[in-house]
Amino acid sequence: MEVIAFSILSAIVLISAICVIAARNPVHSVLFLILAFFTSSGLLILIGAEFLAMLLVVVYVGAVAVLFLFVVMMLDVDFVELKQGFLNYAPFGGVVALVFFAEIALVASAMGISGPTENFDASPGAATNVEAIGQVMYTQYLLLFQIAGVVLLVAMIGAIVLTLRHRPGVRRQSVSKQTGRTREEGVELKDVRPGQGI
Amino acid sequence: MELGLAHYLSLSAALFTIGVFGIFVNRKNIIVILMAIELLLLSVNINLVAFAAFNGDIAGQIFAMLVLTVAAAEAAVGLAILVTYFRNRGDIAVEDVNLMRG
Repeated sequence: MEVIAFSILSAIVLISAICVIAARNPVHSVLFLILAFFTSSGLLILIGAEFLAMLLVVVYVGAVAVLFLFVVMMLDVDFVELKQGFLNYAPFGGVVALVFFAEIALVASAMGISGPTENFDASPGAATNVEAIGQVMYTQYLLLFQIAGVVLLVAMIGAIVLTLRHRPGVRRQSVSKQTGRTREEGVELKDVRPGQGI
Repeated sequence: MELGLAHYLSLSAALFTIGVFGIFVNRKNIIVILMAIELLLLSVNINLVAFAAFNGDIAGQIFAMLVLTVAAAEAAVGLAILVTYFRNRGDIAVEDVNLMRG
């Protein structure tokens, strides 16, 4: 039963991955990427990594893929033209990919990869996967956790610095200027006589 | 036949190969290159989680989470660079990016 589910899910992952790199329209690529992430989170649930499966959906589908979608739709680019070199590079890329796959297969077969088929209980003391992760993440891997936070902070600042721009001619609110105004410069009293303009 | 480590490793190898192939064939379209990199990182994540599950060590899942963090940061900075590049050049054809060559 598990093997059947694995086969279906992994077939969907591989097909949608191929569609990601082969789709003509980048919006379709992003949507296939979302499908691949969703399906692989199902794969992670199959081996009992529920927390990471949830994280995959939240981070990848919720943040990264939506970011991609925003950028793809924001940039006004002729994507058909960008697709031109596809067939030029396909033979070279195919050779490299095949060599790569052959290397992985070679290493795997040299190691006699049958691998354990038994799904161990990762941490016997914990009731759930989340609890097991939490037990080590905030103790043994605390430093790594904090460094991950710093990485995210740096990425956030970097993205803001890269994309922030000050265009001339844009009127922004200046609070100090606003509150610093006095009555003398803000209001002018004119003595207007009836029947005459200013 | 029982679900084993080998299943997950072969899936992740295939996914990684597709990602590498995607980087090569989409030389002009940097958005798809970034998506292919996300596929590579996804395959690495699957690998880590599979080893974590079948060797009974939760550390692999922690590492997968760190890879996820780096992937998110990389996507954010990469897309920011892409937006800036588009603003300056008006297109995103990256095949002939040689501004830094001087």
